[in-house]
Amino acid sequence: MNRAIDFLLGSTMRWLLLALAVIFPLVTDNEYHIYVMALAFIWAIAVYGMNIITGYCGQLNLAHGGFFAIGAYVVAILTVDHGWPFWPAFLAAGLFGAVFGFVVGIVSLRLKEHYFAIFTLCVGYIIYLMIDKWEALTHGSLGIINIAPPEGFGLVDFTQTIPFYYLVLAFLALAIWLTRRISESLLGRTFRAIRISDDLAQSLGINLMRNKVLAFVISTVYAAAAGGLYAGVVRFIGPEEANFIHTFDMIAYLLVGGIGTLMGPLLGTLVITWLTQAVQSLEEYRMIVFGPMLVLLVIFFPRGIVGTFLGWRGRRMARQAPRKTRESRVEQSDPHGADSKEARNNA
Amino acid sequence: MDLFLQQVLNGLTLGSIYGLVALGLTLVYGILHVPNFAHGALYMVGAYVCYFTMADLGLNYWVAIAAAAVVVAAMSVICERLVFHPLRHAPPIHDKIAAIGILLFLEAVVQMYWGADFRRIASPYNQILQLGGLTLPAQRLLIIVGAFSLMGALHLYLKKTMTGATIVAMAQNREGAFLVGIDANRVAMMTFAIAGALAAVAAGLFAPINLVYPAMGHLVLLKAFVIIILGGMGSIPGAIIGGLIIGFSEALGGFYLSSTYKDVIAFVLLVVILSIKPTGLFTKGVR
Repeated sequence: MNRAIDFLLGSTMRWLLLALAVIFPLVTDNEYHIYVMALAFIWAIAVYGMNIITGYCGQLNLAHGGFFAIGAYVVAILTVDHGWPFWPAFLAAGLFGAVFGFVVGIVSLRLKEHYFAIFTLCVGYIIYLMIDKWEALTHGSLGIINIAPPEGFGLVDFTQTIPFYYLVLAFLALAIWLTRRISESLLGRTFRAIRISDDLAQSLGINLMRNKVLAFVISTVYAAAAGGLYAGVVRFIGPEEANFIHTFDMIAYLLVGGIGTLMGPLLGTLVITWLTQAVQSLEEYRMIVFGPMLVLLVIFFPRGIVGTFLGWRGRRMARQAPRKTRESRVEQSDPHGADSKEARNNA
Repeated sequence: MDLFLQQVLNGLTLGSIYGLVALGLTLVYGILHVPNFAHGALYMVGAYVCYFTMADLGLNYWVAIAAAAVVVAAMSVICERLVFHPLRHAPPIHDKIAAIGILLFLEAVVQMYWGADFRRIASPYNQILQLGGLTLPAQRLLIIVGAFSLMGALHLYLKKTMTGATIVAMAQNREGAFLVGIDANRVAMMTFAIAGALAAVAAGLFAPINLVYPAMGHLVLLKAFVIIILGGMGSIPGAIIGGLIIGFSEALGGFYLSSTYKDVIAFVLLVVILSIKPTGLFTKGVR
């Protein structure tokens, strides 16, 4: 019974959010708001990628912003310098994201925990330096302008904000659907097992390297695709896209929403984007608020909005349900092992 | 040959600065097993404190460096108390994110108050010594002498004093240190204070031949991380040797290979070394 209610609640909420997103451009006539929303959706797609490697698989990848920039630059270079149309360039961006992610993953995922985080931080910086210095390929610090927008094949015009909004929404829905399929499959459970303990997962017969690389490649494809879409809507990019700040922004989105949860990345991205919009003066100094917020979140609410909600509901249902379902319930709704941590602190 | 020696001198200068920053990082890692991403921001704040003590208060260069060391050491301790201490039992991903939060906060605050302009600290030592065909700017000699005497002092402190020994004990074996009655809080605060002071002094020494700006800590921090990975995380001699390796490879590589890509050299070195030996050059056992 509880399980049925839970299922309804989960999927109804998703359909409701989708419906809200579909009617959003119809109820607002402020085109700027629609544009901000479309950009937030693009970032959310990238954050979903980060959620797979960092949230589900437990490896803090600090090069994620770099992969976003790579996706954007592949689209920009192919459309501007080589005259490709947008869609083939977009596919190439995803493909390149996968290949580059595979190469970086093979090297970096042999390292554990801190070593991996530091290594990817360096990879992110190398990507930034290459984009900034390799002028023959990337136009250096000048950036690339006049990137081709997505073709509408005569049906729609994606240089207009509203059609582009729906295009991005479609990609976001696809990203969420894919994440859900992964999360609920054996693959998702494998990733979670790796997050809980490398050694434990290995003793269950999980091939650590293969699964970690797979999670990494999936995440970089998300990031590169988001970057490609970004290049298509903003149509001007520079080396700043590869700045660390973007990776840290994405970490903030992920943490606020709830790391390792399905709807967390979307909620976190939307909440922070609109909070930042509400306080326009914050834009430049948003890190004065974000920095302490990140610290407070990891200390007091390490599971974010969605994780805290799931934990609260899990505890409430545990009080009502018979003991047998309680155990399975708590395990499933606990995204980051925080319950065991509480238990340890209480002990 | 003179050109080569000149680059060796430059490498020694860079290496001793990187070594100082890496020492603080490796000390903190040894005690808490936290890669402190905020360390670069502490380095940057140290340079700013040094700059403003000299420019606004008109104080002597050495007084300014001492002031920077004290201020940054205090900040570092506050970070430990408010952030890393509450997170000591959290999953490893959390304290990394918290450290990033501190880094972003400090940078944004500095940028808001003092802007993103580049500033330069005027060195009181502008003499240039000539030795054969070598040009030896006094500030560079000062950096090398200052850094190495600080490293020597740290070595004596850790080996010869009781309080220093508690730090080493806790880095070697946490439970064992508790068993013999070492106060974990005191050791952690002391380690953070030393790490902060080292970063501030490194910044104060290096600033006259470099620029002071909010993002100045990024590259130094990343290179310090490369160094402690090379030298083995938590290893003190490793941090010094690693600092020299990176300093020399950067100076020589920047001169003989390409000055545009000189900042990439350290990272390429890291990628190559970790690809061959995933636990770093000098680590023993499995991590």
